[in-house]
Amino acid sequence: MHVTDTQLTQASNWPDVVGICETYANDPHRMLDILRAIQDRYRHISQEAMEVVARQTGLSKIAVEGVASFYAFLSSDPKGRITIRLCDDIVDRFAGLTEIVEAFESELGIRMDETSPDGTFSLEYTPCIGMCDQAPAAMVNDVILTHLTPEKVREIVARLKSGERPEDLISHRFDELSPRERADRMVDGNIRHAGAVLLGPVPEDAGLKASLNLTPAQIIDTVEASGLRGCGGAGFSAGRKWRFAAETDAERRFIICNADEGEPGTFKDRVLLTERPHLLVEGMTIAARAVGAREGIIYLRGEYVYLRELIEEVLADRRERGLLGDRILGEDGFDFDIRLQMGAGAYVCGEEGALISSCEGLPGEPKTRPPYPVTRGYLGFPTVVNNVETLCHVARILDRGSKWFFGMGTEGSHGTKLFSVSGDCRNPGVYELPYGHSVAELLEMAGGEEAAAVLVGGPSGTMIARDTFDRKLTFDDLATGGAIVVFSRERNILEIVEYYMSFFVHESCGYCTPCRVGNVFLQKAVGKFRKGLANQADIEYLRDLSATIIETSRCGLGMTSPNPILSTLENFPLVYSAMVKPSKDRTRATFDIQSAISDARHLAKRRSYIFDRDFGE
Amino acid sequence: MSTFRLTIDGVEIEASEGQTIMDAADAAGIYIPRLCDHEGLRHQGGCRVCTVKANGRSVSACTQPAEPGLTVDNETPHINKLRRDLVEMLFHEGNHLCPICEASGNCELQAMAYRLDMTAPTKFPYLEPCRPVDASHPDIALDTNRCISCGRCIRASQDVDGKGVFGYVGRGIHRQVAVNGPDLAHTDADISDFAISQEVCPVGCIIRKRQGFARPIGEREFDRNLIGHKINGKRDD
Ligand SMILES: Cc1cc2nc3c(=O)[nH]c(=O)nc-3n(C[C@H](O)[C@H](O)[C@H](O)COP(=O)(O)O)c2cc1C
Ligand code: SF4
Ligand code: FES
Repeated sequence: MHVTDTQLTQASNWPDVVGICETYANDPHRMLDILRAIQDRYRHISQEAMEVVARQTGLSKIAVEGVASFYAFLSSDPKGRITIRLCDDIVDRFAGLTEIVEAFESELGIRMDETSPDGTFSLEYTPCIGMCDQAPAAMVNDVILTHLTPEKVREIVARLKSGERPEDLISHRFDELSPRERADRMVDGNIRHAGAVLLGPVPEDAGLKASLNLTPAQIIDTVEASGLRGCGGAGFSAGRKWRFAAETDAERRFIICNADEGEPGTFKDRVLLTERPHLLVEGMTIAARAVGAREGIIYLRGEYVYLRELIEEVLADRRERGLLGDRILGEDGFDFDIRLQMGAGAYVCGEEGALISSCEGLPGEPKTRPPYPVTRGYLGFPTVVNNVETLCHVARILDRGSKWFFGMGTEGSHGTKLFSVSGDCRNPGVYELPYGHSVAELLEMAGGEEAAAVLVGGPSGTMIARDTFDRKLTFDDLATGGAIVVFSRERNILEIVEYYMSFFVHESCGYCTPCRVGNVFLQKAVGKFRKGLANQADIEYLRDLSATIIETSRCGLGMTSPNPILSTLENFPLVYSAMVKPSKDRTRATFDIQSAISDARHLAKRRSYIFDRDFGE
Repeated sequence: MSTFRLTIDGVEIEASEGQTIMDAADAAGIYIPRLCDHEGLRHQGGCRVCTVKANGRSVSACTQPAEPGLTVDNETPHINKLRRDLVEMLFHEGNHLCPICEASGNCELQAMAYRLDMTAPTKFPYLEPCRPVDASHPDIALDTNRCISCGRCIRASQDVDGKGVFGYVGRGIHRQVAVNGPDLAHTDADISDFAISQEVCPVGCIIRKRQGFARPIGEREFDRNLIGHKINGKRDD
């Protein structure tokens, strides 16, 4: 390659970057770990650092930059030593985010998206961090702060300015605390209702031991017979997925746990990862035995970095006790180990193909399907991707039997499900219930009877109104990964819809045209309704554009991103029609004459005789 | 290799295992509109203009494997409407001022708009990107304001030229094509690269200096023929 000045960056000038790459054996598949480590070390990833990484891993610099520029938690501009990320989910906004922002801005003397001149603080927004039940919340480096108030913010900033570490905000004895104690001091568990399967008492490794008495095929039969369907949203039969992976001829197979939990309003996996990490690893180990995998990955969203050491400790403990590693429970040929892969701020990485791309060190872009991961997934090998909750269920099913699980819930939706309830209710938190309860019943338990609207399944799900609260939480009626967001009558539905559309615009990977571009147009159109600039034809425009995006998008993100609009058009039609008004300027309301002539005013350096009534008077 | 039959818009054609629906259609002389796919390059499946219905399910023809007995809808009013929406999105995402563009008449985006009857004023807002033009290279200029993110240059440089001059950076609406260096002059791009040749960039984003307007507008490929004529031509022969 043609050598240039910038490419002359000597590796020797960047010993730490070289060292970081070497920690990961200069493996390009570990690019995300490498870049995260550089970000932590230097608070940014400079062009020079990318060149060194490129040289170490044998990639081109543009390939490294492609990864570095994809993830929200990686940046090419230097960030403050302490980076404060305020969760700007709609639930946090309704819980007083504006006052929190004002308090941080005035105490720190910087605005949102700025870094203090001395390089100490950066202040930015981030989408839902999985703390909707304790909003407003924020990440301060790797530390989570919840239930923020302006008073707390003033105290936090004063202490950080006086030289305390973010960890000291949690406890002065932070370093002496166990990983579990640290997590518990940062984040409330908020288990509101424990069901029979996951959140009640759970015996240790009973499922794993029972699986030793079964052949791999029998394990798959048991899981299939239990009726267990994926809890990450799509609801695919877990047993059938495993069967596909087991039946594909291959030298290696992988089990990946999807702990990306990015759907706004969902936080039940956070609770399982904290309360039931052993059960999760047990479930993965059973899955490994069933499909013949020796390697596994837990993909943990970047926002849950505060759980990293807790999970690492569980993995280490299980290795020590012969529950992970070679010859599990003394059984010849039963070898399985797991590595933890941290994400770095990208909702789309919850999509299984994107998740695999991310584990491979690539930008988090979904993969072309077919082939499906069960035949060609991680590094081209058959891969089972399951949600945290699905894998926890597996361990319990192996212990108690498929009949026990099948007997709970309703036809087609067996067992229990965790629901993450947040928003305008008295008891936000996690509820484990058998499938089949109505939304009204759940609202009653959560103290949300006054709700005017409930978002079931997060923004990619369905927004329903009071008249249909008797609908059932099952795969056949209201399928959901578990997010239940409650909105009272004070909330502005269009504000909610506009927020969720901005979320999808922010999180689209950009690979395909309809999702990349179409969602921007949808967001702009909703903005027109909010400003009172829409006309009747815009309602049809929203429907029409949504249909194109859904039908032509490449992955589930674009196939569901118009749902906030479509489900509110359907269930809250008056909200839209009330905003359609005739225009004052005798032009079509869709046409905003004021913004149309603002450029002309600027260029002509004068105002309009017609549209600026005071001009010339 | 095993061969089998499937139908496209009622026409029965032959296909073989390993082919995509588009490969099979091409071989049979049936044109499926496309922008990001290009002969000799890996399939990307990004533009979605090749969307067809296969047994009633909408899929991208350039990536979907051909299967025995498949019933494919290609040129129906509904599918053409989807394609027109996608092409309009691309027009509105970038700055496409055909009358002043060197690629006019050779531009696949423009030609696709004609083919899909994109004649009425469009309904979308313009996003009007404002990116600097990279004219640093002695023989090549790059105006990414016209880029439709098809990624053809990226794959051509990587897989055919063995270089990796181009790549994507950013995410979502900010995702764009960038070069492997501070500017094009500081890469190993060369005017003789396949990635730089006229056939790779479907629009006027990659410009070869001193070759502009060698053939006058009005006499260019799509001034004379509808896009897809080469493939459809195979069938008429
Ligand atoms: C945009 C998008 C985001 C997703 N996010 C998650 C997620 O955070 N967690 C999850 O388990 N599944 C998520 N999924 C679903 C996964 O693609 C996949 O279906 C799931 O992990 C499979 O596990 P399961 O069968 O156990 O549910 C997402 C899908 C899409 C399209
Ligand atoms: S729908 Fe397309 S742009 Fe959107 S996330 Fe999926 S692949 Fe990316
Ligand atoms: S040609 Fe198939 S998606 Fe672009």
